[in-house]
Amino acid sequence: MHHITLKVNGVTRSGEVNARTTLVDFLRDTLRLTGTHVGCEHGICGACSVLLDGEPVRSCLIFAVQVEGQSVTTVEGLAKPDGSMSVLQDSFCETHGLQCGYCTSGMLIAAHALLASNATPSEHAIRDAIGGNLCRCTGYQQIVEAIQLAAKRRAGGER
Amino acid sequence: MSAPPKQFRYIGKHRRTKEDPRFVTGTGSFVADVQLPGMKHVALVASPHPSARICAIRIDAAMALPGVIAVVTGAEYCAATESHLVGVDAPAVRRYALANDVVRYAGEWVAAVVAESRALAEDAAELVEVNYEPLPFVMDPEKAVTPNAPLVHPTHGSNVIFQRTFSWGPVEQRFREADHQLKFRARWARSATVPIETFGVVANWHRATGILDVWASIQMPKFPDQIARSLRLPGNAVRVHFDVDVGGSYGVKRGIKHTVLTGYLAMKLGVPVRLIEDRLENMRGGDMHGPDRIFDMQVAFDRDGTIRGLKIRALDDVGAYAGRSPLQLGKPVGAICGPYQIDAIEYEPISVLTNKTAQEAVRGFGQAPTNYALELTIDRVAAFLKQDRIAIRRRNLIRAEQFPYLIPSGTTYDSGDYHTVLTKALDAAGYEALIAKRDALRRAGNLAGIGIATCLEPSGGNSSFEPLFNPKNDTTTWMDSCLVRVDLSGAITGVMNTSTAGQGHETLVSTVLGEVLERDPNTIRVVHADSLNALPSNSPVGSRMAIMLGGAAAGAARKIKDALIVIAAHNLGVAASEIVYADGNCSVGRDATKRLTWDQLVEIAHRKFHKLPAGLEPGLQAKFVWEVPTGGALPTAEGRIQMYPCFSFEAHVVLVEIDALTAQPRILKYTCGHDCGVMISPDIVHGMTYGGIAHGIGAALYEKFAFTDDGQLSSGTFMDYLMPSAHEVPSLAIADHCTPSPLTTFGQKGSGEAGYLGAPAALASAINDALSPLATSIESLPMTRLALFEKIEAARHHKGIA
Ligand code: FES
Ligand code: FES
Repeated sequence: MHHITLKVNGVTRSGEVNARTTLVDFLRDTLRLTGTHVGCEHGICGACSVLLDGEPVRSCLIFAVQVEGQSVTTVEGLAKPDGSMSVLQDSFCETHGLQCGYCTSGMLIAAHALLASNATPSEHAIRDAIGGNLCRCTGYQQIVEAIQLAAKRRAGGER
Repeated sequence: MSAPPKQFRYIGKHRRTKEDPRFVTGTGSFVADVQLPGMKHVALVASPHPSARICAIRIDAAMALPGVIAVVTGAEYCAATESHLVGVDAPAVRRYALANDVVRYAGEWVAAVVAESRALAEDAAELVEVNYEPLPFVMDPEKAVTPNAPLVHPTHGSNVIFQRTFSWGPVEQRFREADHQLKFRARWARSATVPIETFGVVANWHRATGILDVWASIQMPKFPDQIARSLRLPGNAVRVHFDVDVGGSYGVKRGIKHTVLTGYLAMKLGVPVRLIEDRLENMRGGDMHGPDRIFDMQVAFDRDGTIRGLKIRALDDVGAYAGRSPLQLGKPVGAICGPYQIDAIEYEPISVLTNKTAQEAVRGFGQAPTNYALELTIDRVAAFLKQDRIAIRRRNLIRAEQFPYLIPSGTTYDSGDYHTVLTKALDAAGYEALIAKRDALRRAGNLAGIGIATCLEPSGGNSSFEPLFNPKNDTTTWMDSCLVRVDLSGAITGVMNTSTAGQGHETLVSTVLGEVLERDPNTIRVVHADSLNALPSNSPVGSRMAIMLGGAAAGAARKIKDALIVIAAHNLGVAASEIVYADGNCSVGRDATKRLTWDQLVEIAHRKFHKLPAGLEPGLQAKFVWEVPTGGALPTAEGRIQMYPCFSFEAHVVLVEIDALTAQPRILKYTCGHDCGVMISPDIVHGMTYGGIAHGIGAALYEKFAFTDDGQLSSGTFMDYLMPSAHEVPSLAIADHCTPSPLTTFGQKGSGEAGYLGAPAALASAINDALSPLATSIESLPMTRLALFEKIEAARHHKGIA
């Protein structure tokens, strides 16, 4: 067992993990942050996406021991400080950018990272950013619309 | 016959769904999120052989691992449980979660390991030693039906599990009289809707109460009954919690074997047990592969393009076991001529067992492959006659004034306006400009084609294929229900009786209740009962919930409204007919002084028995159980039957380019004209249609559960089972049309299979149009880059173009 300490959604968390425990299992099973989902466990579907020091990564492909001292953001950490939905989350609700909700946390993470680096993404840039996240419900259309709407609202000063 | 849309207050309007907020905040409640104290975890030992005798299983090493609680094998398990139900009359095709004596496909579960953690269970599973004696096997369904083929279930006596020839109308005469005939073969590959969430279940047995609690990721009709039956429990000993959020299903989340196994383990061990498939277990042993069909099509037609008759032989490879899968050849009976006027049809469905993973229900329940074969037929007739594909369709499409329209297999289509929807789709696509673009691409040396498909979506899921395919089954109802309660505070709660996998049923029910009761849907709560306090439901299969749950919710709401009116009339001293109901308040005519508000009426119902009219029960609640409209009849001797009640329609127009060097197909423009009657929640309907088109793109171009000649699944991961991403699915345009159904509460039809039922056909049409200058064609899915490359190369060699 290894002791690890990291920041999750701005809060310092620590725990005992096996060397082989993946980050997603640590988040879900140890920290009980179940908003991050598991779809394939081999790095393709993107359902397990989280931000690691601001960059989207697949938490099924990372061991928990590897993130010692780093900062992780999960879907639970995307809300505004007062706990209400971010513009991005709210935009997903507005355009119905999801159905079953299983891929959604990964999509939000990918979109959040995109908007952080590109405030006015083209449709192509949006499709690129979510191109590594599979959704079987939506055909991606209303997800793309949600991200477009969020970009527009953020340009108008909303956060 | 597009009636002017009725004025609705909430129906048909943009409104945020009730479900979305919990998912965007990461607070959904999926089965993998269920945590019970002391819960143990299951991993599975799977067969590496497609067919083998199990000679010995040694579990000592696995049991010796610290943290391992039990290893259960088929011998124990099969003796303690009942075989699962088979949809057709084939009692010898017995099926259990764990193999006993023999395995029949690679990936079949042989033993279940229970341990303190999933990781430990997996470690132990690797230590279970199984000695196999390989046996002959058969992977090709056409070989499986030959006399000397190895039998998958020897006691069944044949690899054919269902076969029948239906003949409706003067088929031979039409084939004699017609100017021309064509025949060809089409191949629909084994694919599935493959949700991102695998199947999972948690079970907990309470010895003191004798109740097995089940949380599962399911979409399965009569699920609790089947679990109870296989576990030899009475129905009221199994409590399935329908409030589990299901991470996508589109037909496949059936989970009977998983749940019976997990329930058995929980009962045996007296601890909560959880089985969450990993992706490999899901892909090869999860029994969720879709139809795998060979169509032999024959069509008789006149030189003007009128289709006179059809002969369809459909051989479907259901794999090693069968539940409801053979019935997927039955549903298409109810739309066997598609949207066309064809009055003579022969249909021979053949369901065949092979040593592959078992087939399960997939979105459309067998209709998407049939639509694909029908549309290929229409395109081939057009090509043969050198006529326009749209003109041939227009000549044969049922016209608006012909509804209700009886097809030869005994089903009546409720309503439709196919010509108008096709026109709308062509207009929305900018058809003339699309042709110009295709031709410009061709002139520049590329392969480019336009696809057209006009397809039906049967909806309102009934189960008439059960008696049609199994004379021992005389099921004639497939009801659904809703319970509505108004509490003392005046708040409304709708109770539904099944789980949801993204279809937005809470939004559906709240919209309908709000519409009928004239109360704001945002204030209405919708909850999922568990199976012990649920009214009957047959789950959200067969595109049925807008019709069936929507209809049941409306029926219950009307009862509430009627009760309020009767209470008001009694207290205001007038006849009920004089009461005007508005926004939940009741007044005598328009007289505002003679009025009882919603709150006052609710209070009377809950607290003032002395003010209730005689015969009215106190409280304010109503249930409504609804039979499928047009349901209730058994098939005739010739196999004529009303299958589903309602028929939505979709017209696809798509432009595809095939890269000249790599043969990679690329969709340049996609438009879908769609008519599903009155849309209760347009955002949800559009979303499901977009998603259905994406599924169709996958089935058409990429997805296949491929098997090697030695019986191994070779596409068991997402690296070789390729699903379309946001790069492969283009921007999609939908052109709505509304032909209300005369059979449903608000004129709604189903839309859960929208898009998927036409997209593969449309893409095949586009690709074949693109290939037409090379005088070649493809009638086999998926039309992968490699398949297209080979076609193109062969055609160029043939033509002498190097
Ligand atoms: S679960 Fe990590 S990419 Fe699929
Ligand atoms: S919303 Fe269901 S997988 Fe994306």
